[in-house]
Amino acid sequence: MLVLVLDTATPAVTAALAEVRPSGHAVLAQRATVDGRAHGELLAPQIDALLAEAGVKPRDLAAVIAGVGPGPFTGLRVGLVTAASLTMALNIPAYGVCTLDALGLRTAGRALVATDARRREVYWAVYADGRPLTGPAVDKPADVAPRLAEYAVTAAVGEGAAKYADVFGLPAGEQLYPEPSALVELAAQRVRTGVPSEPLTPLYLRRPDAVEPSARKPALSASER
Amino acid sequence: MTTSEPLVLGIESSCDETGVGIVRGHTLLADALASSVDEHARFGGVVPEVASRAHLQALVPTLHRALDEAGVTLADIDAIAVTAGPGLAGALLVGVAGAKGLALATEKPIYGVNHLAAHVAVDTLEHGPLPEPAIALLVSGGHSSLLRVDDLTRGVTPLGATIDDAAGEAFDKVARLLGMPFPGGPPIDRAARDGDPLSITFPRGLTGPKDLVEHRFDFSFSGLKTAVARWVEARERSGEPVPVNDVAASFQDAVCDVLTRKAIDACRSQGIETLVIGGGVAANSRLKAMAAERAAQYGITVRVPRPKLCTDNGAMVAALGSHLVAAGTAPSKLDFAADSAMPLTLVGV
Ligand SMILES: [Zn+2]
Repeated sequence: MLVLVLDTATPAVTAALAEVRPSGHAVLAQRATVDGRAHGELLAPQIDALLAEAGVKPRDLAAVIAGVGPGPFTGLRVGLVTAASLTMALNIPAYGVCTLDALGLRTAGRALVATDARRREVYWAVYADGRPLTGPAVDKPADVAPRLAEYAVTAAVGEGAAKYADVFGLPAGEQLYPEPSALVELAAQRVRTGVPSEPLTPLYLRRPDAVEPSARKPALSASER
Repeated sequence: MTTSEPLVLGIESSCDETGVGIVRGHTLLADALASSVDEHARFGGVVPEVASRAHLQALVPTLHRALDEAGVTLADIDAIAVTAGPGLAGALLVGVAGAKGLALATEKPIYGVNHLAAHVAVDTLEHGPLPEPAIALLVSGGHSSLLRVDDLTRGVTPLGATIDDAAGEAFDKVARLLGMPFPGGPPIDRAARDGDPLSITFPRGLTGPKDLVEHRFDFSFSGLKTAVARWVEARERSGEPVPVNDVAASFQDAVCDVLTRKAIDACRSQGIETLVIGGGVAANSRLKAMAAERAAQYGITVRVPRPKLCTDNGAMVAALGSHLVAAGTAPSKLDFAADSAMPLTLVGV
């Protein structure tokens, strides 16, 4: 079964074409362009090029797997709305994968996965032999650091781990962005068994910035009152 | 209607309305809408991130509703149109990326179009082909523009725009001042019906002799909003009750007076006999009545689509898309960007 894999929860605008077999899976082609401000421009042409290169028609796809974040909202939504409209139009299922889980999948022992949440914060979670030990959260690196000792973390991956390596006191691994093969692995069983399509709910982890208006400001100057 | 006319699906997400419209030629087949307006009400204005989140949730359900309403499938669609700008960047991007996903899946052409030009094009769904040249007055919470339309498929010429607040924004702010809900247009329109528009003289921005040289077709509503606030506050301080209906009527007349005066001036100065009014404020009953009355004196025809087509919707985007397809315009490339400041001189990207 041919599946399209998308992740836009990091600056790496990622698209891949993969095959899910009765046992195992393989990534046939993949593209990732690192540009945190151009998800909307880059993603669709990348998908188009991937399919053309592989000689695959959109109607040949059996499912779409998408990273649901956490990640900067605007880019994250590009991937999720693309996956949602593609699967709607093709009448195929969509499956979501936590982007941090994909980054953590191939780590060994206790590992920190941290991506850049901007505003000097990271999206993070701790993994034990590739499986999540904590849920995804968003915090300042200095607030994450003491937790790492608690969990006896010895390794770190992700762009956020590299950017704040000195704060975490951990050498960052080479992997900065999620690998399509890890995303496929985390959803392959759902593809094989044909579980129903999932709503692709973004892991925002932050509330929208919005302030309720304060009381009316006086329009008359002090001398006029 | 002939089936040879293009079947176009349009997606709008530039502000707080997720719209999907389907048209065949100039015939409206579906106009499905999901609004996040209630989520913004307590903030007194549209919160961009709240709007973007709502668009993501609403897009696919709204697509399904539009297709059901039109009784067509995506396979039947000849082209997809989507608002590329201007508007809120994050909100636009949801519609644009969603439309690209549809275009990829269906292998159909996609047109990224200008939201303001779409506000003009939507009138063709109600009144048929637009006589060109025409003058268009677009007034909403996000825009206040006077345009000259020579050929809607090629671009419109901006004549003037607001230099501060949009007309709809002034309605929202004055409504808030008078304790009315957001959005402010409908409650002010209702209150004004029981008020005396001549009871209070509020300023008409950019209508002085000097302004008419430099800003003949521009608007300014910030001074008016402040004048209303000062008047109401002075009343409150003196301990007298605020005549809400009279304030609403006098404010509304000031806005409509300036808008219609400048729109008619634009028509007359350019020798143009058709005035199209669009945008949410076009649903205001006083604006329509005043425009019709003043236009009639000069033999100008005023075209205002029904209120549901004046506010943001997907049908307007589909209407402009249909126009571009019929004119043989080349579709957009898949890498086009949402442009929050898309200029009026661009009808498509
Ligand atoms: Zn609008």
